[in-house]
Amino acid sequence: MFLRPKASEKLAFATLRLSMALVLAFVSIIVIYITVNGYSALSLDFITQMPMKRMTQGGIYPAIMGSLMLIGLSMAFAIPLGILSAIYLNEYSTPGRASWAIEMAINNLAGTPSVVFGLFGLALFVKYFGFGASILSASLTLALLIVPVIIRASKEALMTVPQEYREASLALGVTKWQTTRKVILPAAIPGMMTGIILSVGRVAGETAPILLTGAAYFLPRIPDSVFSQFMALPYHLFVLATSGTSISQTRPIQYGTALILLLIVVMMNSIAVVIRRHYRNKLNR
Amino acid sequence: MMHRKKKEKAIESTLLMVSGVTVVALFLLCFFLFREGYLLFGDYSIISFLTETSWYPSSSPAKFGLLPLLTGSLIVTAGAIILSVPLGIASAIYISELADPKVAQLIKPFVEILAGIPSVVYGFFGLIVVVPLLQDLLDLPTGQTALAGSIMLGMMALPTIISVSEDAINSVPTALKEGSLALGSTKWQTIYRVVLPAALSGISAAVMLGIGRAIGETMTVMMVTGNTAIIPGIPEGLFDPVRTMTATIALEMGEVPQGSEHFHALFAVGAVLFLITFIINLIADSVKKKYRLQEGV
Repeated sequence: MFLRPKASEKLAFATLRLSMALVLAFVSIIVIYITVNGYSALSLDFITQMPMKRMTQGGIYPAIMGSLMLIGLSMAFAIPLGILSAIYLNEYSTPGRASWAIEMAINNLAGTPSVVFGLFGLALFVKYFGFGASILSASLTLALLIVPVIIRASKEALMTVPQEYREASLALGVTKWQTTRKVILPAAIPGMMTGIILSVGRVAGETAPILLTGAAYFLPRIPDSVFSQFMALPYHLFVLATSGTSISQTRPIQYGTALILLLIVVMMNSIAVVIRRHYRNKLNR
Repeated sequence: MMHRKKKEKAIESTLLMVSGVTVVALFLLCFFLFREGYLLFGDYSIISFLTETSWYPSSSPAKFGLLPLLTGSLIVTAGAIILSVPLGIASAIYISELADPKVAQLIKPFVEILAGIPSVVYGFFGLIVVVPLLQDLLDLPTGQTALAGSIMLGMMALPTIISVSEDAINSVPTALKEGSLALGSTKWQTIYRVVLPAALSGISAAVMLGIGRAIGETMTVMMVTGNTAIIPGIPEGLFDPVRTMTATIALEMGEVPQGSEHFHALFAVGAVLFLITFIINLIADSVKKKYRLQEGV
């Protein structure tokens, strides 16, 4: 059964459109389902109160604070490391063994499963360095997990800075480092921001690494030092949805927690898109 | 003048050292993973680890057989790839060849959201929606099956497959397409006979990266696959509960005393997982380089 070229084209294109529609339907169903069910759980109390009655009531305040601390601390390690590495790779390095080794390490780290990072964090930070199961161990682990993302995005941002900028600055007798700091970096910062913002979403959602390095099942207080254990949003959702005797009782809290995680991700993605658009328009002008 | 030069040199060395942190990190990761895993083989034979067909960490004597976990990971991943590859490639063709550029610009952020949703949220959605649905539709004793894991992982692998394939399709030279159209081929014939073959190596890289993403995923599979450590039959094992390597590490690490045989066994499983993703990435990388080279010609 051979179809005429025009007819088979119609059939093929319909299939392609259907596939795309199916993918978009997946996104919409997940987002709408979580939003509709989580919406009623959201309230000011939900985000400002401690969990109560063996976590079946009350809010998720300590999990929110735990996640924020995790984001803050891991970014404090990963951002300088990522940006400086990208500067070296794009502005200073010449093809050779050093840059080959760094690129290879970045590629491999980027492809390593997050649970393996968890094992690594457990062996190195928790056990070997003796940081114990703590915010510090978890943040360092997450920082290593997202450094490749930040390096790649920052390097791409540096690559889009026109070569003339460098030449003009160097021709004026400005040193390479001053050129990088005063000319190249300001031009590349918006592009770098998109990578950083996307990795904030990633840190907020990662569960397996923190499960092995310090996340606590239940802790009715805010951690007071970097060596404390902590609650975090994704682990809280996992615990409520899978263990304990009151899984169906805590359903509203689960939906609410899932919605907050989703909101963080959608917000971060939107900011990244806006920055990218703005930046692209500026460059094209 | 000398002073300025010295300062510049110092800055360059500092930057080199900072970038070296990634190399050190990878080295330490390998070292600790393999060392902690290797310690299992003091008392437990590596042959049993590789050939033993059961994983009973708390029986006595304990059995640490990799096979049920490895086959569990493989069946879930295979299912995910079968579901997501056709869908992902078709969507990539739609975005780069059919869609109005304005529509494409709207669709892309949506697909990126799919990439950004945390795995625990996918797991939660799978547990509450997909698992009961499968149980009812297929009349299974439990919906927590390899298939549930494949469906969720397939969704999660889609953005990777779509964006990398789209990249590959976009990098096919316009001259090739125009040549084909000028010869009187329809647009579909051009896509099917010219564009896709030219983009094939890039698309294979996309598939490899999708496999890497699926095999390393932890939370989602742990929440929807039922976590029973038995070697699944193929293909009927898709409808049974399975347990993957990733889920085993995450589930059991919390309960084992540090330094115990079981603790080292979990690191050994982690080392195997690392080796698998390492090889997959290596293949994806070399395939990608190949199509970059072709492009250059």
